[in-house]
Amino acid sequence: MYVAVKGGERAIAAAHELLARRGRGDRAVPALESDQVRDQLGVLVSRVMNEGSLYDPDLAARAIVQAQGDALEAVTLLRTYRTTLPRYGATVALDTAGLPSERRVSATFKDLPGGQQLGATFDYTHRLLTDAADDEPAGEGLGTGLRPARPAEAPAAADGHLDARMPRISDLLGAEALLEEHVPSPGDPEPADLTREPTIFPMSRAERLQALARGDEGFLLSLGYSTQRGYGRTHPFVGEVRVGEVEVEFVAPETGEALPIGRIEVTECQMVNQFVGDAVTPPQFTRGYGLAFGRAERKAMSMSLVDRALRADEFGERRVGPAQDEEFVLAHSDAVEATGFVEHLKLPHYVDFQAELVLIRQLRAVHRQRDRAGHETTAGDRVGQSDSIGGTP
Amino acid sequence: MTLPRIEYNHAYLDEQTKRTIRRALLKAVAIPGFQVPFASREVPMPRGWGTGGVQVTAAVIGAGDTLKVIDQGADDTTNAVSIRRFFERVAGAATTTDTGEATVIQTRHRIPETPLAEGQIMVYQVPIPEPLRFLEPRETETRRMHALQDYGLIYVKLYEDIARFGRIATTYAYPVIVNGRYLMDPSPTPSFDNPKLHRSPALHLYGAGREKRIYAVPPYTDVESLGFEDHPFEPQRFSQPCAICGSTGVYLDEVVLDDRGGAMYVCSDTDHCERTAAAPAAAAAAAAERAPSRRAGAYERAHSTRMHTFDEQEGAHA
Ligand SMILES: [Zn+2]
Repeated sequence: MYVAVKGGERAIAAAHELLARRGRGDRAVPALESDQVRDQLGVLVSRVMNEGSLYDPDLAARAIVQAQGDALEAVTLLRTYRTTLPRYGATVALDTAGLPSERRVSATFKDLPGGQQLGATFDYTHRLLTDAADDEPAGEGLGTGLRPARPAEAPAAADGHLDARMPRISDLLGAEALLEEHVPSPGDPEPADLTREPTIFPMSRAERLQALARGDEGFLLSLGYSTQRGYGRTHPFVGEVRVGEVEVEFVAPETGEALPIGRIEVTECQMVNQFVGDAVTPPQFTRGYGLAFGRAERKAMSMSLVDRALRADEFGERRVGPAQDEEFVLAHSDAVEATGFVEHLKLPHYVDFQAELVLIRQLRAVHRQRDRAGHETTAGDRVGQSDSIGGTP
Repeated sequence: MTLPRIEYNHAYLDEQTKRTIRRALLKAVAIPGFQVPFASREVPMPRGWGTGGVQVTAAVIGAGDTLKVIDQGADDTTNAVSIRRFFERVAGAATTTDTGEATVIQTRHRIPETPLAEGQIMVYQVPIPEPLRFLEPRETETRRMHALQDYGLIYVKLYEDIARFGRIATTYAYPVIVNGRYLMDPSPTPSFDNPKLHRSPALHLYGAGREKRIYAVPPYTDVESLGFEDHPFEPQRFSQPCAICGSTGVYLDEVVLDDRGGAMYVCSDTDHCERTAAAPAAAAAAAAERAPSRRAGAYERAHSTRMHTFDEQEGAHA
C-alpha cells in the first residue's frame, strides 16, 4: 500500500508518453501542422496571444498544437517562453485612427466619417452546423462563414476597404466636449509592466488595462455581462469597434527617431457610457476601453465594459457589483493563475489532511466522553467542521 | 516557413530576473516575516504548483549547492520529482534526498525531521502568503493591518475556535509572530512543524509565485506560534510510532489498509524513515551524531528539550 506513492519518476514518464500518444490520435490521419492552426484557427490564435501577452501567431499556433487544443495550457506555454525574452522598451502609442480598418462598426451613429464596414464577422451568419464538404456558392449559401465562395484575394480597396482616414468616434464626440477627454497620465510615463513589476493595489488605469488584456476572456465576459444586469450598471453604447492592422513604431535610442518595426492586427473597442457631471463640470459621457491582439471582438468589448466599471471611484459611483471591485476583478482575472491554483488541488495534501484527521478524532473523542458522562448535548456544543486560518492550500 | 528557434537561458531565469528576486530576498531577510512584493515570473510549471519556490531556488542556487526537494515530506512524490528534475535539467544542479547533505531544500507542507544546520536554506512553496487573508480578503486592508500591527482579528478567530471546540482548531498554516513584529503564515506546514522554526540556525525563505510575495525567517529568529495564556499553542501529537522505522515524535502519514478501518502510520519524512530503518538499533545515536559540527549547540539543546517535553506529554496521554 505504502509503495503506491513511490516510483513517481517512472509514473511521470509513462504518463507523458501516454499524453503524447493521445494527442497524436489516429496515425492514419495526418498530423496537424501549426501553420494550419495559425491560418485556419485564427480566432483561437488571437485568444492565446492575448492571454499570453505575446504577439506572435506562429508561436501561438505551435503552443496550441503542443497543448492539444487546451487554450489555457497554450497560454501558459507562450507566457513561459515570453518571460525569458529581453524587454527593450515601450513602443510609440498605436495610432488606431490611422489604421485602415478591415472592420468598423458603431452603434451610436448611423453614419459617421469614414463609414461603417462589416468586415470578417460571425455577426449575421446563420449558426447552422453544416457539412464541411458543402461549398457555398457566392451570394446564396447559408451564410455560415465556413467556406469562402472565392479564393482569397488581397483584401484590397476593391473589396470596399475604406482608405480614407477614419476619425475615432471618441474624437468626434470629444470635439464637442461631450465625451470625457482622453488624458495621458501626468508626464506621460512609459506604461507600467505587470510582468516585470510587483502587483500592488490600487493599480493605475494603465496597469489595470494590461491586466484586463491578459485576463481570461470568459471571466471578463461574465463580469461585463453582470454590469448589464444591474451589478454596477454603466449604460454602455458601443461607440466603435474596429479591427485592422496597425503599424508599430519604436524609437531607437541610437537615432532618436520613431522607426516602424512591424504590423500587428488588433481589435479596439471604445465604449461610451453614462454621463457624469456636477455643478462645476458640465455633463459628459464617460468611456471604457478595450484593445486586444488579432480578431478578438468579444474580448475587447468585455474588457471595455469592465474597464469602465472599475473606474467607479473616479466618478464617485457607489460600488455595488463585483465588476467594480478592483481587487476582486484583477486578482481573479488571470486564467493561468486561476487554473494553476484550482488544479493544484490534485496535488497530495495528505500532511494537512492528516492534521485535520487527528484533530477531528480528538474532538469526537471528547464529544463521546461527554455523552457517556450523561451530559446533554446542546446545539451550541455540536462539533462542526474545523476551519483553518490558512484555508485549503 | 522558418520558425524562430526557441532557446532558454541557463537555469531558465535570466540573470536580471534573478537579481530582482535576490533584491526582494534581501529585503525579506532584513524585515523578518514581512511580505515583500516581487514581479513573479512564469516558470515552466503551473501557478499553485510551487512557482514561488522554484523562483526562489533558481535565484539562490549556485554551482556548489546540493538540492533536495520534498512534497508532503517525501522526496518521491510526483511534484517533488518534477521540480527536482527541472533543476537537474536547467541548472545542472547536484541533488540529494539526504537532509543533512542538502544545502538548499525546497519543500511543500513539511519541515524535515532531521534538525537543520547553519548554512542550510529552506525554500517553501507558499499558496496564500497572507495570514489574514481568510479573515480579510482585501490586500489594501491587510497591508494596513500589518503596518499598524493590528492583529486583533486573528486572536478573535482563535478565541472563536476555543469557544466552539474547546481548543484552537487550526492544525496547519498555524500563524506565528516573527521577531516580535510581523504576523506570518508559515505556509501550510502542519503546526507540528512550527516549533522547528523558532531560533532555527537555517535560513527560511518563502516564495508565493501566484500571489507575488516573498518573505523570510533569518537564522536564529524568534518565531512564536500564537496562543493564549490559558490556551497556549499546542503542536499536534501522534500516539503511535512509525510502523516502518519505529520513530516516535515525528509526523506520521496514515496509510489506509482496507475498508474496515485498518490503517498503519508511517513517517511523512521518507528520508528520515529510510535512514532510521536502515540503522534501527542506533537510530537515536545516529541522528544525534550525524552533523554535530554543523549544528549550533543552542539549537540542539532547544531541540532536544522540545522533543523531551513532547515525549512527556505523549506519555501522559498514553
Ligand atoms: Zn519511519
